[in-house]
Amino acid sequence: MWLSFAPVLTLTVLGIPIALGLAFTLMPAFGIFAAIGGTELSLDSWRALFSAPGFAIALILSLTTGLAATVISFVLAVGFCAMAAQSAFVQRLRRWLGPLLASPHSAMALGFAFLIMPSGWLVRFVSLFTGSTRPPAELVTVQDPSGIALIAGLLLKETPYLVLMILAASSQIPVRQILASARALGQRPAAAWLKAVFPQIYPQIRLPIFAVLAFSLSVVDVAMILGPGNPPPLAVMATLWFSDYDLDLYYPASAAAILQLLLVVACIALWWLAETPLAGVGRRLIERGGALKGQATVTMLAGAAAILVGGMGLASILGMALWSIAKTWRFPDILPTAWQMSLWLDRGGQILSTVVTTALIATLSTLISLALALGCLENEQRQGLRPGKTALWLLYMPLLVPQIAFLFGIQVLLIRLRLDGTLFAVVWAHMVFVLPYVFLSLADPFRALDPRFAASAAALGAKPLRIFLEVKLPLLARPILAGVAVGFAVSVGQYLPTLFAGAGRVSTLTTEAVTLASGGDRRVIGMVALLQSALPWAVYGLALLLPLLLFRKRGDLSR
Amino acid sequence: MIGFRSIGMALGLLVASLLTASAAETGDWQEVLAKARGQTVYFNAWAGDTQTNDFIDWVGREAENRYGVSLRHVKLKDTAEAVTRVVAEKAAGREEGGSVDLIWINGPNFLTMKKQGLLFGPFASHLPNWRFVDIADKPSNLVDFTIPVDGYESPWRMAQLVFVFHSARTPLPSLPKSMKEMLGWATEHPGRLTHPDVRNFLGATFLKQALYELADDPKLLQTPATEETFATVTAPFWAWYDKLKPLLWQGGNEFPNTGPAQKQLLSDNEIDIAISFNPSEAAVSIQNGTLPDTARVYVLDGGTIGNTSFVAIPFNAAHKEGAMVVANLLLEPEIQARAQDPMTMGNFTVLDLDKLDAAQRQLFERPADAVGLPTNAELGTALLEPDPSWMTRLVAEWQMRYVR
Repeated sequence: MWLSFAPVLTLTVLGIPIALGLAFTLMPAFGIFAAIGGTELSLDSWRALFSAPGFAIALILSLTTGLAATVISFVLAVGFCAMAAQSAFVQRLRRWLGPLLASPHSAMALGFAFLIMPSGWLVRFVSLFTGSTRPPAELVTVQDPSGIALIAGLLLKETPYLVLMILAASSQIPVRQILASARALGQRPAAAWLKAVFPQIYPQIRLPIFAVLAFSLSVVDVAMILGPGNPPPLAVMATLWFSDYDLDLYYPASAAAILQLLLVVACIALWWLAETPLAGVGRRLIERGGALKGQATVTMLAGAAAILVGGMGLASILGMALWSIAKTWRFPDILPTAWQMSLWLDRGGQILSTVVTTALIATLSTLISLALALGCLENEQRQGLRPGKTALWLLYMPLLVPQIAFLFGIQVLLIRLRLDGTLFAVVWAHMVFVLPYVFLSLADPFRALDPRFAASAAALGAKPLRIFLEVKLPLLARPILAGVAVGFAVSVGQYLPTLFAGAGRVSTLTTEAVTLASGGDRRVIGMVALLQSALPWAVYGLALLLPLLLFRKRGDLSR
Repeated sequence: MIGFRSIGMALGLLVASLLTASAAETGDWQEVLAKARGQTVYFNAWAGDTQTNDFIDWVGREAENRYGVSLRHVKLKDTAEAVTRVVAEKAAGREEGGSVDLIWINGPNFLTMKKQGLLFGPFASHLPNWRFVDIADKPSNLVDFTIPVDGYESPWRMAQLVFVFHSARTPLPSLPKSMKEMLGWATEHPGRLTHPDVRNFLGATFLKQALYELADDPKLLQTPATEETFATVTAPFWAWYDKLKPLLWQGGNEFPNTGPAQKQLLSDNEIDIAISFNPSEAAVSIQNGTLPDTARVYVLDGGTIGNTSFVAIPFNAAHKEGAMVVANLLLEPEIQARAQDPMTMGNFTVLDLDKLDAAQRQLFERPADAVGLPTNAELGTALLEPDPSWMTRLVAEWQMRYVR
């Protein structure tokens, strides 16, 4: 009975801020914004947007970087998983997923920038051999005009995310049996995985792919650090206008936000349309049997690239960690020439309370999101409902609309309710972003759960609640823990929602990191970025360890 | 030079006379103090600089000890965040009890808030420490971007454009002393010069500084730009910049986002000259280890643009009294002296030292052994900020011309 409240509650938590936020984006996009004197309907916002310097390039940049980052991270993730099927070594690399997934985008992007910049770590290694004492002036790496650095920076986070999603989905499929049969038919392990396992996994990871697509198209923080600035991608352009002292820029900013939304919707539609013909080709290749020409090479390359990307990600974090204890570290030194612990000693205590706040907000928003997501899914199953399209799109909204656009609406709502600046408000604002990720991580594994388990339990006389708690939850332990880890990391990485809902009064590691990044002391940035990553690492560690501990006696579940 | 200085002073005197009229009512300061006790003031201030953050922390402890006002630093990445917040509150109809009590504000944001009626005031005139403020030799204390302050914001630190360099790597005589020389220098050292992004106030200031030096008649910059004056005054500037741009770092296609980001490039050896608004930038950076001991600052031969940093109170601030107490505290001689110490922030004071007693004045004596600190003589006289219309148009035109 109480369960049927879960969908209503979920839609309220997500729906209200999104509806209001969208209204507050739509209205200024058409000239209405009373607080700064806009009272008449007009298309001036759009005119201003279209005639803004660099608009066309900004739009193209968003499209190319967003699509490229998604396609490449997808290919790399699939390549990695296919390689993992044949190589125990690659299998073992999976444990490095945690640190990569857990580190917030901004922390990783800062580290990556240090890695690839003309005076960065990579060039320093090169200058070991060339002996140069100055960075090459002609080298353009970070913020290159075509956005390659931005695409690469996005891969650092998205490839591991998709790998994790594939692994989570795999737990619902008898992978070992399928692989064994395919190999009995003469397929090599990677090919067996691609042909027999992957087609069953794809439908389950479609939603995460869309989330990646939407994120890549509208990312702001990473694009500000790694993307070109003249012009920047559309989402950055809108963000800069939204926070400009010239309040008139609010109008083109709103129009840009609406356009950004349309862009995301169009790209998802494009992906969807491309699925059918591609699946057709794939099916024909699989049915033809035998080995595919070049498949092994392509898989190898993609897998190797995924490992390289992972290595770059880890090096980025390591770079930030080193900076936090560096005193002097100048070009072309590979390592700091003088060290200090004073930053940690002097600021450790000061920052501890921020760590506690960050963890508290992340824990609350993730646990409430988990309860709501499980409630919705269980309700759906008991009522025999098919997942509705409208609800799905609503769930997607927070991931589709550029944050800054509808966060202003959230802020106005919270101020009206006199809730702004409270922990409650921040947890709520975080849930708007955490809940979709938790839901997306759980929905497909939950729905793919073999109904015969529940049916057998029911036949043995178990009540629905008991079936839920003792059959479904243990079977879903891995996706649930993965969802919790993702949710926690998502919460820790939130910048704008924390700022808007918290009225700037609730400070987390990420708000600290971003404000410090606007300064320039890489040592302090390094320390906060490292802490920003370390907190979710702990949760990922638990997510990996818990199944092993919980199900020591039930071998198959722990795997 | 003298021409527009006297305009500024005349304006200043006019405003000052208006202010002293209301300052006569300072009898109610005791009432302000009483109301402020126990209040929590949310000070919205850019937090990208650890030294400034630590200083605000310290001021907070002083406010608590002296006046029972508790100060909370709301850390901003950009001041406009606080402006947006006040706008959101106005949109939601919250006319009082607002979440922002005090803002560290800059010219453009001040202009926006003043124009939209989002500021509380005039209050600066009611502050007891107002009497120490230098309104004769520091006209920027009364005129922010040529807009009269009118008591709607209270000064707290002086800023002047300086260029930071490594004296060991690039000795001072080899560096350009004017914006014209900058072009020749860049031709010899392609890729080693840049400026912060023009959307950033420091980037915009670099352009303004060049405009000042290259304009045939810089006096026009003190009046609002018109279609006509803008076209004629900026013509030599664009000719100069067209030649300079391809010689800049990364071919002039990208720019560091902020001043500190540019300083990091200097530290990384990617560029040779960085711009800063803090004359103590080198001294402070040596102190905290972000630049080597040989870092120094210098100003251009014709002088550089200077201005004042202010704090302002939004119209709907919940704790206006507490905010006023903090604004007043920021003007206390001991606090100003501490701000000027290169061990903390190294910001030059907004006070008139002649108005202080001997003991207070002594607090401002600069340490003889501070490495990298320029003398007042080396800094010369600060140039006035042009009217804001110039900056707005200059940045917009720059974007039209140079954004791909």
